[in-house]
Amino acid sequence: MKKRELTCIVCPRGCTLVCELDDGGKLISVSGNLCPRGKKYADDECTNPMRVVTSTVRCEDGAVVSCKTSTSIPKSLVLEAMKVINNTKAPATVKIGDVIIKNVLGTGADVIATSNK
Amino acid sequence: MNTKAVKEINCELVVVGGGPAGMAAAVAAYEDGLRDILILERDDNLGGILRQCIHNGFGLHRFGEELTGPEYAYRYEKMVRDYGIPFMTDTMVTGISKDRVVTAQNTKEGIFKIRAGAVILAMGCRERPKGALNIAGHRPAGIYTAGTAQKFVNMKGYMPGREVVILGSGDIGLIMARRMTLEGAKVKAVCELMPYSGGLARNIEQCLKDFDIPLMLSHTVVEIHGKDRLTGVTIGKVDENRRPIPETFEYIPCDTLLLSCGLIPENELTKDAGISLDRVTNGAIVDGDRETEIEGVFACGNVLHVHDLVDYVSEEASIAGHAAVRFIRHETSKTVNVQVKADGQIRYTVPQKLTEVAPTRVYFRVADVYRDKKVVVAVGDKVLYEKKKQKLAPGEMETVELTDKMIAEAAELGGVLEFKLV
Repeated sequence: MKKRELTCIVCPRGCTLVCELDDGGKLISVSGNLCPRGKKYADDECTNPMRVVTSTVRCEDGAVVSCKTSTSIPKSLVLEAMKVINNTKAPATVKIGDVIIKNVLGTGADVIATSNK
Repeated sequence: MNTKAVKEINCELVVVGGGPAGMAAAVAAYEDGLRDILILERDDNLGGILRQCIHNGFGLHRFGEELTGPEYAYRYEKMVRDYGIPFMTDTMVTGISKDRVVTAQNTKEGIFKIRAGAVILAMGCRERPKGALNIAGHRPAGIYTAGTAQKFVNMKGYMPGREVVILGSGDIGLIMARRMTLEGAKVKAVCELMPYSGGLARNIEQCLKDFDIPLMLSHTVVEIHGKDRLTGVTIGKVDENRRPIPETFEYIPCDTLLLSCGLIPENELTKDAGISLDRVTNGAIVDGDRETEIEGVFACGNVLHVHDLVDYVSEEASIAGHAAVRFIRHETSKTVNVQVKADGQIRYTVPQKLTEVAPTRVYFRVADVYRDKKVVVAVGDKVLYEKKKQKLAPGEMETVELTDKMIAEAAELGGVLEFKLV
């Protein structure tokens, strides 16, 4: 059995999670979390860490607009997703919530605009 | 001077600043039935600094979901627009008088004056600039505050550089470490003068550890190299008196230095109005209503004290908004005078005084990292409240709920409510 300490990133409270893992790296128990989301985070973090990517995307008029992935994507794909975002041109007029890239890297998450332009 | 040329208007509530604090205060006042409101904003749109904070993590308390900065700002902007609350952008307030006359200017109206029933100060804060830091060396290009770099990258789409060192581990510094990395820059180190980070634990995790960016605690930048453009910095470890230790000096080549060394509430207007500031918060001294020394002038958000979460800014701004409406309608009942004192381990409290017997949430920050301490609220020897805390850190704001009973008791027993750690 292994122990692993994590800082939960789900909310600004930043709970210190003490995780117990079996030899296969699977989560057995978590303590230190003040809410159930901490357990879910620990579970994901020990098996397949997930992150929401926030960035900007260049528009056809040369300006940028802020965007994010609609849900979290595997952490290992974050830099790959950045490449896709940086190779995309959004229309010159964008509304908050507009889908800019559908199903980025097959993750099921869309890249959506987070501001109006 | 021909004063007749200056247009004068009347307005029940003037809100100075259209960021998250100003918008939330105006929305709260509107929801209490007030209609004669005017928000004055110097930028070209509402939203304040949130517009450039494109990362997520906002709104978990306020909206129960995780939003990015622009999305959070838009929630409030939409309320302001849907309610039809009047606002002026590109408008700079240049003065507020003791009798609540606000002087402002923009290119359309020129200089104009507003006789306000009540004023809410919501000007936010600014970053501590390089000039205040006293680093030796030339003044080459490539040195920015983290927030300026954030504006370049997120709003303008320019990268300020490729090889980056960040001084200060405040949240903006941490967020920018990740942002620059995502955009292809190499962030070589984040140096923090103190032995702990001033940022949230989650940001150290997701902004630094995710990208293997070293956080060098008790380190500072001792010299800047390069004449026209930054070529590198010398960093060094500091001793317990925060003096650099020469044996530890190390040269790091870089073309960009970002500074994230603290935020300063922007209180020039407040000072000019003659309102006393708290030496620790650098914001106005206020009561539970967030009313300053001048009757009918309220303050909220980062101009009052620097918050770590916008959710708390909105919450505080609603308190000020509701209180301003009660003031305008002559509904306030200020009957007590209780001073709230911090013991030093607790650095400050907001509010600093209480004038009404009503449930009040007191925000406070501690001076250092403390473990297994008790937060105690007492009048003399009498403990009114206590709570155990596993960990307290300067970067994380704490709260205590005072009941009306506690405040009445404090007023009776001498009028000084002490906040301490034991």
